[in-house]
Amino acid sequence: MEESKTDARAKLAEHAYRIRRNALLMGEVQGQGYIGQALDIADVLAVSYFGAMNYRPEDPEWEERDRFLLSNGHYAIALYAALIEAGIIPQAELETYGSDDSRLPMSGMASYTPGMEMSGGSLGQGLTIAVGRGLGLKRKGSKAFVYTLFSDGELDEGAIWEGLMSAAHWKLDNLIAIVDVNNQQADGPSSQIMAFEPLTEKMEAFGWFTQRIDGNDLDAVIAAFDAARNHPGEQPRMIIADTRMGCGVPFLEAREKNHFIRVDAHEWQLALEALEAGRQA
Amino acid sequence: MSSTVTSKPKLKTSAMIASIAGEGQRTTAAPFGHALVKLAAERPEIVGMTADLAKYTDLHIFAQAYPERFYQMGMAEQLLMGAAAGMAHEGAIPFVTTYAVFATRRAYDFMHQTIAEDNLNVKIACALPGLTTGYGPSHQAAEDLALMRAMPGMMVIDPCDALDIEQMVPAVAVHKGPVYMRLLRGNVPAVLDEYDYRFELGKAKLIRDGRDVLVISSGIMTMRALEVAKELAADRVDVAVLHVPTIKPLDTSTILREAGRSGRLVVVAENHTTIGGLGEAVGTELLRAGVTPQFRQIALPDAFLDAGALPTLHDRYGISTSVMATTIKSWLG
Repeated sequence: MEESKTDARAKLAEHAYRIRRNALLMGEVQGQGYIGQALDIADVLAVSYFGAMNYRPEDPEWEERDRFLLSNGHYAIALYAALIEAGIIPQAELETYGSDDSRLPMSGMASYTPGMEMSGGSLGQGLTIAVGRGLGLKRKGSKAFVYTLFSDGELDEGAIWEGLMSAAHWKLDNLIAIVDVNNQQADGPSSQIMAFEPLTEKMEAFGWFTQRIDGNDLDAVIAAFDAARNHPGEQPRMIIADTRMGCGVPFLEAREKNHFIRVDAHEWQLALEALEAGRQA
Repeated sequence: MSSTVTSKPKLKTSAMIASIAGEGQRTTAAPFGHALVKLAAERPEIVGMTADLAKYTDLHIFAQAYPERFYQMGMAEQLLMGAAAGMAHEGAIPFVTTYAVFATRRAYDFMHQTIAEDNLNVKIACALPGLTTGYGPSHQAAEDLALMRAMPGMMVIDPCDALDIEQMVPAVAVHKGPVYMRLLRGNVPAVLDEYDYRFELGKAKLIRDGRDVLVISSGIMTMRALEVAKELAADRVDVAVLHVPTIKPLDTSTILREAGRSGRLVVVAENHTTIGGLGEAVGTELLRAGVTPQFRQIALPDAFLDAGALPTLHDRYGISTSVMATTIKSWLG
């Protein structure tokens, strides 16, 4: 039993590695991308797609699937990396990232990409859609979960707080929200742009079952998703994930924090090598 | 002090709940709510959603009939639109209500991004369209049609009366995709049943023919145009009325055919600002097709409108029957 748990963890670590690798390869294609964010959220996505969610890669619209709503559309590079790893998007399509007529545009849109459940990018909208999907699933008697990922910067948007109130009001126990707290938004550190702490207390006060974890500690992420799914209360579930931008590639992690991290042309290969080195360590 | 007050003449009201029905006009109570209840019996996927305005959009009729299919989303219009999108993703057909100002101005991006971009089956029914309240600019949606016309994939409807609303509800439910419809609530005038008329999605209908003037109108302005036509008939002015309840997509062929009949003054009448509504839409189509009749617009000014009693304001801004009749006569010279 203990060993199988270790095996499962090792597999998730490998998925997280491959998601990071896919993201770096896409970044290299365009010479740009929100790679700092992709690297910080890879562990959460690995656990979502390989530890928590129920889906059929060959049938992305399978009625009983768990839904994953990417509110922060600029994280598309990360979600594509996960969808490729999950077999929903063919690996070969990775090379088209951000190109004309690609199914993988820079900002995530539902009509372009299999497995992309919403068109994000206008920040603060995902949670409102997630509330509707949660209600819609309950209306159908579905047992599926709705997952939605948004960023700490999105906490500035009023609609997030409309969604927070509503999800608790409707007792949406089929809704699991993840906030990526990397403390970085367009104009600087999120906590300085608009103070959002104490976040756990706020979420709890809004009626959510709330966990705050190190989002790059794989064991903590696994435990949090398990607890979120299995929590007996009739309330929505929140995972606040503190993450490190560039996680997995030490020289990017050490780089001056920026919403759109600078990566020089020759550095993509170095980043892949650094990631590989970390995998073997 | 009190003697001063009693000596003043009684002031006109700017009451919120004023019906747009004229005195003695036949009305139907809550046609939207009743039509939706009737339709919902056959269409289990229909749900009702509102942002704290069920009672003021006649959606409370639906809520009473189908409490388990009614979703009160609180006074949160962005959430309302996003959640309606989520519902539609899961196969429901949400009929969403609020006031036109709150949907079109406050929640525009949510309709644009969460609903229209994904071509979702959400039907947005909004009370107090154009100038139908004396409450001032906070509640007067003088530019709602312009905003909604500009949104890709959005069908836009401006019904005239209770009959239009009753027939519009099942029609928009059949249409696959998002719809914005102006809503008349409470005791809604019943006018079009006197004519040989049926609402058809996307169709303009000639309700009355005439040799001298062609009024192209939507919404309550069609009702006004028909009254104007009766009034001007006494002066031997023959007025045709082309009702255009579907503003987008526009029934261009019917409009061109009618406007192209020579010798008639063409007047576009709308309960909306001169900018971006039916008038500009028709004018553009006429120019594109090289049809150039004498063309005039009856519409609200590009301004923050006054508060006050609705009849006063309709006179002030030229969309009451009497002022409209005078204006058209002046154009005929």
